[in-house]
Amino acid sequence: MTSLDPVMLSRLLTGLTLFVHIVFASLGVGIPVMIALAEWRGIRTNDPHYMLMARRWARGFVITVAVGVVTGTSIGLQLSLLWPTFMRVAGQAIALPLFMETFAFFVEAIFLGIYLYTWDRFKNKITHLLLLIPVALGSSASAMFITMVNSFMNAPRGFTLSNGVLTNIDPIAAMLNTAAPTKVSHVLVASYTLCAGVLAGIAAISILRGQKHIYFKKALKLTVISTFVFAVDTAILGDSSGKYLAKYQPEKLAAGEWHFETQPYATLVYGGVLDENNEVRYGLKIPYALSILAGNAPNTEVIGLNDFPVDERPPLSIHYYFDLMVTLGGILVVIPLLYMFRKRLPGKKPYPRWLLIGIVALGPLALTAIEVGWMFAEVGRQPWMMRGVMKVAEAATTSNYVGWMLVLFIILYLALCFSCVKVLSKLFQSNDAVEEMRALGMEGAEPK
Amino acid sequence: MSYELVGITALWIFLFGYIIVASIDFGAGFFSFYSVALGHGNKVHDIIQRYLSPVWEVTNVFLVFFYVGLIGFFPDAAFYYGTALLVPGSLVIILLAIRGVYYAFNTYGSSKENNKVYMALYGATGILIPAALSTVLAISEGGIIMVLEGKVVISWYDFFTNPYTWSVILLALVSVLYISAMFLSFYAKKSRDEGAFEILRGYALIWSGPTIAASLLAFFEINRQNPEHFQRMLDLAWMFVASFLCFLIAVYLVWRKKYLGWSFLLVMLQFAFAWFGYGSSHLPYVLYKQINIYESFTNDAMAIALITAFILGLIVLVPSLVLIMRLFLFDAKYVRGSSAKKG
Repeated sequence: MTSLDPVMLSRLLTGLTLFVHIVFASLGVGIPVMIALAEWRGIRTNDPHYMLMARRWARGFVITVAVGVVTGTSIGLQLSLLWPTFMRVAGQAIALPLFMETFAFFVEAIFLGIYLYTWDRFKNKITHLLLLIPVALGSSASAMFITMVNSFMNAPRGFTLSNGVLTNIDPIAAMLNTAAPTKVSHVLVASYTLCAGVLAGIAAISILRGQKHIYFKKALKLTVISTFVFAVDTAILGDSSGKYLAKYQPEKLAAGEWHFETQPYATLVYGGVLDENNEVRYGLKIPYALSILAGNAPNTEVIGLNDFPVDERPPLSIHYYFDLMVTLGGILVVIPLLYMFRKRLPGKKPYPRWLLIGIVALGPLALTAIEVGWMFAEVGRQPWMMRGVMKVAEAATTSNYVGWMLVLFIILYLALCFSCVKVLSKLFQSNDAVEEMRALGMEGAEPK
Repeated sequence: MSYELVGITALWIFLFGYIIVASIDFGAGFFSFYSVALGHGNKVHDIIQRYLSPVWEVTNVFLVFFYVGLIGFFPDAAFYYGTALLVPGSLVIILLAIRGVYYAFNTYGSSKENNKVYMALYGATGILIPAALSTVLAISEGGIIMVLEGKVVISWYDFFTNPYTWSVILLALVSVLYISAMFLSFYAKKSRDEGAFEILRGYALIWSGPTIAASLLAFFEINRQNPEHFQRMLDLAWMFVASFLCFLIAVYLVWRKKYLGWSFLLVMLQFAFAWFGYGSSHLPYVLYKQINIYESFTNDAMAIALITAFILGLIVLVPSLVLIMRLFLFDAKYVRGSSAKKG
């Protein structure tokens, strides 16, 4: 077997599809929430600017939904095509959340279609806003159910394994496994953070380009403050995910932290490199921090990697993913905080250029955090497909054509992402917000 | 009814739903491109666009639903079909991706009304996808997926040299165009768009002949491919006769330009009879001789959970579908185009 056997190629292809899908899936989960927020504010304060904001976001949102739908269909079908043995087991134990995910998706699809085409159809504006609730609930629920499937792979529950056969299956227990609460909540708020950050960036770009209209300032305020709230929540939930790992999946935390000896008063390592004896060099070492992270007390005993057989240890490179995710999470809190205190900052401009550039960076930073976060979670599960039950190598397809499919999908995703970016930028450039306000006769419109 | 039958029936109904909505969608994409390419004006295209825009996303879900349900109820199906169908499955994914994305780009993102490249991609994939998907039906008759030395393999030679494969592909192609044209005629009539109606009625009548011919061909090819299945189909002969009668009345109504709503209902019944007749005679096998619904069924606990979820899901789903149909299919004002506005 070469290193490019079907197992490795299947991992690469699945990773590639997920890498692309996560971008659009996260946007799909968070943007309806932001649209609802803007429309709700618009109705409550009777301010047409917020209504326009919702409308413009919705227009771009459809484009990202389209890519999200097709990449989601890809990963759905690829699970069976690339991991048939796993899906046989998953069908026995975890089909319930997979099944419910499609119902949630169904509801989202139906109401999104209705929402987009009924802006002027109902007399009561609230009716139109209400249509968004099933869209937002549907997208969040499908993220929840699919994350439950993923948490099952990290914490397989709800069955007994005897001689390779699953018995005593309890679908509800499998679905509500121990990893689910922390994972689902962390995934959801991280998506909300991303979307708020991306929309904040769009508003900031307009202001950077010299737009003076109050519309952009309103958009900036709504989105940056949302980013702050969601980023803080993400950090708090991330902390409970860390505590979860310490208790139930210690090898992932240990590999992520380069923690080899089981001990209390454990040191947290930030950055650095490992030498051949697994000694950390150049890293920033914070005493007791790992124990506090794992159990809120410096004397918490943290299980080390040496307690696990060598062939069941995750790759040590996940340390960098973890550090990057946490660092970015911190920055995502700090930038909005600076915005909120901008009036006390030195300098006279209300919106300093460097701050606006920082806000533009929120989206890309959050996206990177989400990608490396997923890479930490997924690579950190290696070599298991289902932790403690099935290894990745046993689950993959035996087909010899995976390499060709990988090439095809690389081309497909490049084309999709390229044209998506092109279409989105054209959409907003050819339809300037100020011109649209003028066309709608609400130039300079103020709350009544 | 046993859990097995409930499961497969639910899945089969969803697949039927997919066939109808996807055929309208696939055929519409083709007609839409064809009419724009021919310079028929945007008459046909506008009608099609007005129908498709709010529902394009829903179509995809029917397919995903069927597929996820199949894994849930019959995990072995995921194993056999999943291993064997890596290449065609991936190609279908790519076609679906291109189609879905470029539809959205053209409808919501393009500043020009009709981007010819996007529309060509959309029209071409609309014909290729049903052809590709229908081959699974040919494979399900058996003899193509085999297990050699513990590995699941697919024999492409047997697949491509099989006349049944080609008859199914042919049937998929023509019936997509037929179902779609029949539906769009009804929709155009409803919007009182005489110009579009005349063109679409022409398409519907043209494609009705090949559809029934291809159906007969596929019907008798099953006999060669799988005599056991064919015999069971003959036991259900009344369903196929009913299907044929529905076809005759539907085409007659379109020809007379009358009761087009009823006509399309009869088209659905035509395919429903054929589809469920074919399906029930295929039982108990999901894949001939390898996957039997009674032997490869999931455990009872999961079956009960799935059926419960299914019923709860339907309680949410059916009213939602009714709502979208009332807003975009049976709302005269929308259909006529007076209130069609996006974003």
